[in-house]
Amino acid sequence: MKTRVRSADFLGVVVKYMVLFIAVFVVLFPLYISAINSLKSNSAINNLSPLQAPSHLDWHNYVTAWVGGDLGSAFFNTFFIIILAVLGNVILGTMVAFALTRFDFALKKYIMGAYLLVIFIPTMTVQVAIFGVIKDLGLFDTRFAMILLYLGTNVVQIYIYMQFIRRIPMSLDESAMLDGASYFRIYRSIIFPLLAPATATVAILQTIAIYNDLYSPYLYMPSSNLGVASTALLRFQGPYSDQWNLIMAASLIIAIPVVVIYLILQRYIFAGIVAGSVRE
Amino acid sequence: MRITKIGYKTQRIILISAFLLVPLALLTTFSLYPALKLLFYSFTSFNGLTNVYPWVGIHNYIEIFSNPSLFGVFLHNLSYFIGGLVQNVLALLLALFLNSKIRFRNGFRAILFVPYILNSVAIVYMFQYLYQDPGVLDMVLKFVGLGGLQADWIGNDKLVNWSLAFVSLWEFLPFTMVIYLAALQSLPRDMYESAVLDGAGAWQTFRFITLPNLRSIIQINLLLTVSGALESFNIPFIMTNAAPGAATFLTQTMNVAFVFDNYGLASAMAVVLVVIVVIVISVQRKLIGQGDDVV
Repeated sequence: MKTRVRSADFLGVVVKYMVLFIAVFVVLFPLYISAINSLKSNSAINNLSPLQAPSHLDWHNYVTAWVGGDLGSAFFNTFFIIILAVLGNVILGTMVAFALTRFDFALKKYIMGAYLLVIFIPTMTVQVAIFGVIKDLGLFDTRFAMILLYLGTNVVQIYIYMQFIRRIPMSLDESAMLDGASYFRIYRSIIFPLLAPATATVAILQTIAIYNDLYSPYLYMPSSNLGVASTALLRFQGPYSDQWNLIMAASLIIAIPVVVIYLILQRYIFAGIVAGSVRE
Repeated sequence: MRITKIGYKTQRIILISAFLLVPLALLTTFSLYPALKLLFYSFTSFNGLTNVYPWVGIHNYIEIFSNPSLFGVFLHNLSYFIGGLVQNVLALLLALFLNSKIRFRNGFRAILFVPYILNSVAIVYMFQYLYQDPGVLDMVLKFVGLGGLQADWIGNDKLVNWSLAFVSLWEFLPFTMVIYLAALQSLPRDMYESAVLDGAGAWQTFRFITLPNLRSIIQINLLLTVSGALESFNIPFIMTNAAPGAATFLTQTMNVAFVFDNYGLASAMAVVLVVIVVIVISVQRKLIGQGDDVV
């Protein structure tokens, strides 16, 4: 009897590891195929099977992709937009969350409702109307179109910040007030620093979201010198269609920076995903 | 005058207005005002180029429901929805395994999460290469003895949406898995200990303890699956440039607006999509009860 249970357990463990290893294989296989084919010379990509690693690693494709796809300026534009948009979202997000959680006032209900409404209406569906707004404001084909758009449409951080602020005891605010601190000082010197872990999460999640966003920059920054990571890669396929060694090299150049950020800062990403998708 | 000399009552008013002014201006300009405008456009034949808005009543809405090339593409979204259901089952299974006694748990989780953070364009290019006809996927099938399954994964209109739905599953399964894993980790251990003492097996503990306790998180994930399927865009847009056989409702909406300059009709399509998503969410909320007692 006892041995039967043990062998069933053993079988369970084997199945468990087998499923996990198959999953790991399914995740890594496309990346592996891309990597080996990005390192093939033009003749090797035509003559070798796609499954076969090249005998000679041709790193030259990465240089060609970088120069041909103007990826340098794409990275510059992407990081310019990310820095300003994320900074703005952190500052404005903490301010809104502070005002909405620490005070009661007449319009509060409606403001909360407005933010909830925006969560329900995906930005993507409203693009048809946002397009006109961007044009009317004279922002079309500028980096500021993207920055302002991200400031006006990314609102998940407000929910993450509100959850965190509710956990900060009011007694901290009250004792600061006894010492004569202004509300602004309470925000700046008590609340904002205590939100640091939430800020780390918000900053990383927004960085990844903006880095991977495709359609907004595609619509609002059509100029070739205003490419960002996604659009530069999208435009790359045109002139280099069927040169899969170059396309794979360009794809990996674009994909790898986020993987590096992710591997270093995993902890905050997992915390944020749970906080962001499960709203109170 | 030092700011502390101002009474807290006055300060309150100043702070609330100062802190909310800019964020609300941005929210209004880029979210609320466009949403209202969208609704207005949907009753006109606005072409996006000239500033005239000829009123056409509900004509655009009638057009959507009577023209199969508009409403009919929801059939393509169906593939993403079915893929999403499979995604939920697999994600829950992997989360259960990761939550059990296991070596290298963090290593597994770290690797399995990678697809979710990769750039969508890069992901689609990788799969475009795998799906070539004949290509890597065909070779792998042949290698494992399933050569009969070789196909033109993108060129065949009957297959293309399933091929694209798989890319979507590959990209978003990690997200679903992490949510399930977090929910599993928050379940109290003592429930399991007493179940094991009562002689419950693995399936019984799953069926009678884990599953009921995950009810609301499963519903949240299914909700995300439904809205994700309704809003599929990036993958068909990048892989096929939204070709007719692979168009989804959202790629069709964007084409109607930005390729055919029919902003009025496109706005009506967007409104229809939002209404469907809101209906799904409300039904879901009714089913959950309050919908806020999660995790």
